Amino acid sequence: MIDFSLSDEQLALKDMVRKFVQAEIIPNAHRFDASGEFPHEIIRKAWENGLMNPAVPEKFGGLGFGITEDVIMNEELGAGCLGMTTSIAVNTLGLYPILIGGTDEQIKHWVTPFLNEPILASFCLTEPGAGSDAGSLSCHAKDEGTHFVLNGSKMWITNAGHAELFTVFATTNKELRSKGTVCLVVPAKSPGVSLGKHEDKMGQRCSDTRAITFENVKVPKENMIGQIGDGFKIALKTLDKTRTPIAAGAVGAARAAMEYAIKYSKERKQFNQPISNFQGIQFMLADMATKIEAGRLLCYQAAWALDKGQMKVGSYYASLAKRFSADMAMEVATDAVQIYGGYGYTKEYPVEKIMRDVKLVQIYEGTSQIQRVVIARHLLED
Amino acid sequence: MNIIVLVKQVPDTETKIKISGDKKSIEQGDIKWVINPYDEFAIEQGLKTKETLKAGTVTVVSVGPDRVVEALRTAVAMGADNACHVKIDQEMDTYLVAKALAEVVKKEAGQLVFSGKQAIDDDQAATFGYLAELLNWPSASMVVKCEITNGKAVVQREVEGGTRFTIELPTPAVIAVDKGINTPRYASLPGIMKAKKKEIKTYSLADLGLGSEKPKTTASDFALPPERQAGKKLSGDTTAQVKELVRLLREEAKVI
Repeated sequence: MIDFSLSDEQLALKDMVRKFVQAEIIPNAHRFDASGEFPHEIIRKAWENGLMNPAVPEKFGGLGFGITEDVIMNEELGAGCLGMTTSIAVNTLGLYPILIGGTDEQIKHWVTPFLNEPILASFCLTEPGAGSDAGSLSCHAKDEGTHFVLNGSKMWITNAGHAELFTVFATTNKELRSKGTVCLVVPAKSPGVSLGKHEDKMGQRCSDTRAITFENVKVPKENMIGQIGDGFKIALKTLDKTRTPIAAGAVGAARAAMEYAIKYSKERKQFNQPISNFQGIQFMLADMATKIEAGRLLCYQAAWALDKGQMKVGSYYASLAKRFSADMAMEVATDAVQIYGGYGYTKEYPVEKIMRDVKLVQIYEGTSQIQRVVIARHLLED
Repeated sequence: MNIIVLVKQVPDTETKIKISGDKKSIEQGDIKWVINPYDEFAIEQGLKTKETLKAGTVTVVSVGPDRVVEALRTAVAMGADNACHVKIDQEMDTYLVAKALAEVVKKEAGQLVFSGKQAIDDDQAATFGYLAELLNWPSASMVVKCEITNGKAVVQREVEGGTRFTIELPTPAVIAVDKGINTPRYASLPGIMKAKKKEIKTYSLADLGLGSEKPKTTASDFALPPERQAGKKLSGDTTAQVKELVRLLREEAKVI
């Protein structure tokens, strides 16, 4: 029995996030995009209203939300500002390795503080030389009995400049590739940790993105999540869970772009009539709406499968959702700028920002090309 | 202190109102229902008062069909401790609503009532006053500031021209609040989750001893406002336009 409706709580959740976005995010998005400043206040308010760390299980004092709730929240946040969405949502990415691979004591120790204070965590996998080829990590963790010594660097780490905690994926033996990897919890203030500059990005500009360098950083063995060799697996399981909400953020951004374009097309007159009278514009809007619905449904399907514990097919659906939603959002945002014409090309109108923001979704959390590799692998396996 | 907050569910302000075929009501089918915005200020004021006094409970009450339960749960998600639903499925008027509310206030041992100054659907601004009369309590409306101390409420009312004047009422009292008194908090996500498990007390009119009561007023007719006329465009040079404008203002619009 297929049911496309949301429960009362899910509707209340959607409503609340939408209100928050309208009051706190939308009025400020443009300003933070222009300056690239980190939206501290807004993140604090999001935390105060329970919008962060939704996945922490109830037994540890969290909301125990599933991927479906995460998808609902991220679509609404994405419709407000993807930069702020990333800043808020990436905390979940940073903590998931501990929730997935950690013991109860580790979760209590490392995760509970995030429920008590508006602090941030960063997920540190990507390196200057390891992006799509995430298995070829160079960041090295030398096993010295009671502790590891960490050396190397990470790149494009979100929230790095403001995080209390890094979940770092490193290798103990580069020759073993993914089988030698380890996941370590590294407090940001550990001696030997240094941060690069806040990258000056095309879009999602208020999201803090930096390089991190580790120089002989001592990491106690208790900070290891799982065992040596588990690191890469934990990273992949984390990404399995976060891929779908990220896709939902793109759906939200695309939806916002379409709504702006619809409104503008009714106001803008050329040839003595609103441009919404022209089939050329109408066809663009119709295609935008179709793509957005399709993206949303792929997200819900992936969320449903993952929440039911169907991790293999859920991961596959998540790749479909991410690949499709990121690419369609870019198309929708580009068309929205097109509908706005010259005005849309300026920063005074909201659509060029969405186009710049959405481009990144095709790149992070697995590029659209890697998603296709994953999807094809699924289709071709026996 | 037992604080009661009156909550009404009204159509969202963006709703395109359609009148029913018999012209005696509005079509309810497509309506998105929201908490009356002025009642959101009332809920917040109830919560703030409880926080300032560091004691007491906040109980929200709404009169209406089953759909108002959603409004009550949102209020609980904001922080209200208890919720009462007076379930009705008949025509009501201010009199009957106020009578029902008065019974609930008595049952809940209410010592202070907050309400919005008016509901944005019928704009009658009458319920709070009617309720106060039935309870024999003093009331004040258009309240933009309210302090509860030692058996009295000290309130500021804002009237025409932005003038504010301060009055004191002994509690128990009914305070009808206006925009500007506070900034309503969001229903937090943990609040929404807790609210779904909260038990809501349901009363019928019979439970309140009002089973045989009937409304004293009924709506006889609903009509949409007249269609906006197209504007007139004046032509000619400035002097001619001014002459014509003055003539129209005097002879047609009859405002000078």
